[in-house]
Amino acid sequence: MNKIVKLLLTAALLLTAFSARATVNILACEPEWGALAQVLGGDQVSIYTATNALQDPHQIQARPSLIARARSADLVVCTGSELEVGWLPILLQQSSNSKIQPGQPGYFEAAAYVQKLEVPTRLDRAEGDVHPGGNPHIQTDPRNFLPVAQALTQRLSQLDPAQAAQYAARHQAFVTRWQAAIRHWETLAAPLKGVPIVVQHKGFPYLERWLGMREVATLEPKPGVEPNSGYLTQVLSQLQHQPAKMVIRAAYNDGRSSEWLTEHAKIPNVVLPFTVGADAQSKDLYGLFDVTVQRLLGALK
Amino acid sequence: MSRYLWGACSLFLFAQPALAASDADLDKIRAEVQQLKQTYEARIQALEARLQKAESRVDAAQATAQQAQEQVTQVASAPPPAAAAPAGANAFNPDISLILSGTYANLSQDPNKYRLTGFIPSPESSPGTRSFSLGESELGVYANIDPYLHGGLNLALAPDNTLSVEEAFIQTLGLGHGLTIKAGRFFSAIGYLNEQHAHTWDFVDNPLAYKAFLGTQFSQDGVQLKWLAPTDTFLEVGAEIGGGGNFPGSERNRNGIGSAALFAHVGGDIGFSQSWRAGVSYLQTKPQSRSYEDSNLSGATVTNAFSGNSHLWVADFVWKWAPNGNVTHTNFKLQGEYFRRREAGALTYDTTASTLSSAYAATQSGAYLQGVYQFMPRWRVGLRRDQLDSGHVDYSLNNAYLARPDYAPSKNSVMLDYNPSEFSRFRLQLAQDKSRQGVTDNQIFLQYLMSLGAHGAHQF
Repeated sequence: MNKIVKLLLTAALLLTAFSARATVNILACEPEWGALAQVLGGDQVSIYTATNALQDPHQIQARPSLIARARSADLVVCTGSELEVGWLPILLQQSSNSKIQPGQPGYFEAAAYVQKLEVPTRLDRAEGDVHPGGNPHIQTDPRNFLPVAQALTQRLSQLDPAQAAQYAARHQAFVTRWQAAIRHWETLAAPLKGVPIVVQHKGFPYLERWLGMREVATLEPKPGVEPNSGYLTQVLSQLQHQPAKMVIRAAYNDGRSSEWLTEHAKIPNVVLPFTVGADAQSKDLYGLFDVTVQRLLGALK
Repeated sequence: MSRYLWGACSLFLFAQPALAASDADLDKIRAEVQQLKQTYEARIQALEARLQKAESRVDAAQATAQQAQEQVTQVASAPPPAAAAPAGANAFNPDISLILSGTYANLSQDPNKYRLTGFIPSPESSPGTRSFSLGESELGVYANIDPYLHGGLNLALAPDNTLSVEEAFIQTLGLGHGLTIKAGRFFSAIGYLNEQHAHTWDFVDNPLAYKAFLGTQFSQDGVQLKWLAPTDTFLEVGAEIGGGGNFPGSERNRNGIGSAALFAHVGGDIGFSQSWRAGVSYLQTKPQSRSYEDSNLSGATVTNAFSGNSHLWVADFVWKWAPNGNVTHTNFKLQGEYFRRREAGALTYDTTASTLSSAYAATQSGAYLQGVYQFMPRWRVGLRRDQLDSGHVDYSLNNAYLARPDYAPSKNSVMLDYNPSEFSRFRLQLAQDKSRQGVTDNQIFLQYLMSLGAHGAHQF
């Protein structure tokens, strides 16, 4: 009897200990949103990031570990615009978690808060891996983080009203620092304006718009379709009439086709982190753009 | 500033009068200074006013600029206008996906004489038809019903122009506490491969063990309750009850529960590169006059029927590897399942003639192990080994009529597939099938599998 009472007391103590840590459990689909949520949420949130910078966010499997994390999440923060269409729907369905279903406050799509580029006018799989809502790789333009941060702050306050003031304060601090950082990057990146570039995957339209670079060719014949040698030769001959300064790919892309082009077109090959955590320098959002701008400028020299 | 100016002026002015000492001169000078002072002060005030005015204009301009910038950010941050509302009532149409497939088969043995020696035949276990044939076309229609339920239908259009309902289920969207209830017809969650649709298989056909123990795939007409544990390691347990009308069960014409299943799966990641899932399951069915064709000891074809209990245990695992978890370039998948079935009850020998019924008991097992390696983008190669053990079979009195061969059927398969995109697949498969005692069936398959419509998200 005594033992049972002791056991119950311990259980009650443990339970209160758990409820005292009332953090918001966040499942971030991509590292950039995990990093942003960390900046805004501080120690009031606990974050699990579903993918890393060396994984192709289109091609993730609904692994058991992710299902387990989705089960206990209060909020999923994803890009949306069908970037995660191959895995997120099944993850949400198998999570048995009503809080994070689309339409619920626990479901957040960053791409819903920014103006998207490359919205297809023709929806046909013959066009390759097209996203009906527009290009989802919005994280390559730092300005896009401002509206997303604002919406995410509101969402965090909605889910955790008791801490709303802290979220608002962190948001304010982020906006001030981020705007200054954007001005700094823009000043640094001024020489990139009008620079013609080749990209491996159509992953950089937002970066191009931000810095005014011109995309003259893509190594993937259609979005998501692996380049073949015939198409690469075609790109190479196109570059003879319309030269480009560099070829850009994301850290997760296979490097062979861009390296081939570098070798044959004699233009530098730039590997951009694409998201937080791709290398030692891009360990946070500021590092991500420091490295991005620095590598692009490096290729100009 | 004006004060400094004034001070400087007075110093300059007072420096001279010291030479001329007359009071009148001094007064005059004082008056002049006073005048000067007043003039300068007035001018300075005017200047200050102008400066202030200018400053306020700058402020106003800055404010306007800021306002404009805010408007710009607001415009940028405002959610983009919702896509023009699709006209008409079809805006709520469900996701529709269609699978098309076709096969060319070259089989060295007659598929119509196919047998799994030592095993009671299950439906649809034949390796298929020779030459060109249309594969199974699948039509899937899925949507959320309301905020509480999700539903879907999966139709299989067989090449012989028959239509069958593979799955038609409703599922809760969020009961909370990790619980999910599914009802209708659905692929049972036992084992690993059982829940997966044919178009996601890594080989043209199902493993022999599935053919022997589940009649390709076991679907329940019933209810499933599943609980996902609130732990960081994936752990789900579940139970199913159903009518048990499908093999290894049979149509029963009885009230109550004809089949029951229990399953548990655990899974997780090892670093970034590896992920795994393992499970154990149990399925009990109560077949009633489950009839099948067999040949007796004198070689005549007879129809027998089994009534009793069928218990099936399954252990399964799958392990996946991809460098850094990036499956795009290379990846590897290893999976295996072990089955053990015990059936006990009564067997009626030659139902058309004698109806001689006697006890039947059999304990049989089987397993498969397969590995699939994507060695470069678009290309995968796979190897599978099937092994069955016909185990111990006792027909009791009917041992006088029916053979009990001591044979272990096996099969080796190798496949190569090419995937132009994630929606299309072409496959070549070679197999050496030793299902029949004393006979080797050399098989060559060519297959295409196409996925149209809604982007289906695949299970792990």
